[in-house]
Amino acid sequence: MADVHASIGAEENDEMTFRQGVRDCIPTLLGYISIGIAAGVVGVAAGLSALEVVLLAVLVYAGSAQFIFAALVLDGSPAAAIILTTFIVNLRHFLMSATMAPHFTQYSVWKNIGFGVLLTDETFGVASGKVQQKRGLTSSWMNGLNVTAYICWIISCAVGALFGNWISDPEAFGLDFALTSMFIALLVLQLDAIESVKIKHYIRLILCIVILMVGFSFFVSSHMAVLLATILGATIGVVTEK
Amino acid sequence: MNVSLSMLLLIAACAAVTILPRVLPFLIIRNLKLPMLALRWLSYIPICILTALVVSNVLGENGPLSFDWQVIAIMIPTILFALWTKSLLFTVIIGVVLMAALRFFIG
Repeated sequence: MADVHASIGAEENDEMTFRQGVRDCIPTLLGYISIGIAAGVVGVAAGLSALEVVLLAVLVYAGSAQFIFAALVLDGSPAAAIILTTFIVNLRHFLMSATMAPHFTQYSVWKNIGFGVLLTDETFGVASGKVQQKRGLTSSWMNGLNVTAYICWIISCAVGALFGNWISDPEAFGLDFALTSMFIALLVLQLDAIESVKIKHYIRLILCIVILMVGFSFFVSSHMAVLLATILGATIGVVTEK
Repeated sequence: MNVSLSMLLLIAACAAVTILPRVLPFLIIRNLKLPMLALRWLSYIPICILTALVVSNVLGENGPLSFDWQVIAIMIPTILFALWTKSLLFTVIIGVVLMAALRFFIG
């Protein structure tokens, strides 16, 4: 992408540069690296070739989906089941993209396609945190964030696939908790940016989501539960706000 | 290091169903002025989805009402640390270190 550094005119925020996007991505990299390596190891263990693992990272670019893909291939599941499961697992990104999209309507179609293709839980978390802090999002900043995450993910998956046999169990080092602690920190940062009069409303909403998640876990997979609890939770949020 | 045609097609199909929900909202909303109510609804999505993702990491894999107590135990100091430092990077590092320490001492 030659125009990654291009200035976007009046809307451009001085501090929200490509370089700042790269910098804002750094805290999430530990999560990408540990999970990417694990995804690579699991892929090869399931009988995929290293090249297939890298193709998955490049084209699908979704941790949980890549794990499930490997597990289903190992099970010998039919292709239709694998495709449908991948779709459901990643459907939450529809909500994230819809949340991000209104901030980028001034940019070209191709740039918007780029933002969408490279959207992940982590980049969404970082970007929505900036929105909460009332920082205007720019195309350059978003590209810096997205491209750094994407490259790091592909390299991590490749390392896992190629050198998986020599890497000892990452869980022993607590690395699997990197993702959870990152979601926790992103959530706390979101709450921190909310005006104090509204904070009770949000705490109540969070309790609602916890109850909804536990409730839904009786009936549907955790991925569907995330989707349903989020849709219902946002609706409750709008209906109960003053 | 090879890719069979059937695997290539399968990966391509999975890529398509992943990219579609990621890209469609960007294309639709670009040509659409969303009503205030929709924007307010969307403003709740980050907190709702992050909470749901945290909870999904706490819920165990052994059916409903099973919990990952290791995660819950480390979650509490991690939340306090996040509130204190307001730093994404330090919170991630401390979370990983605490989890590694817990597993070292109980395992």
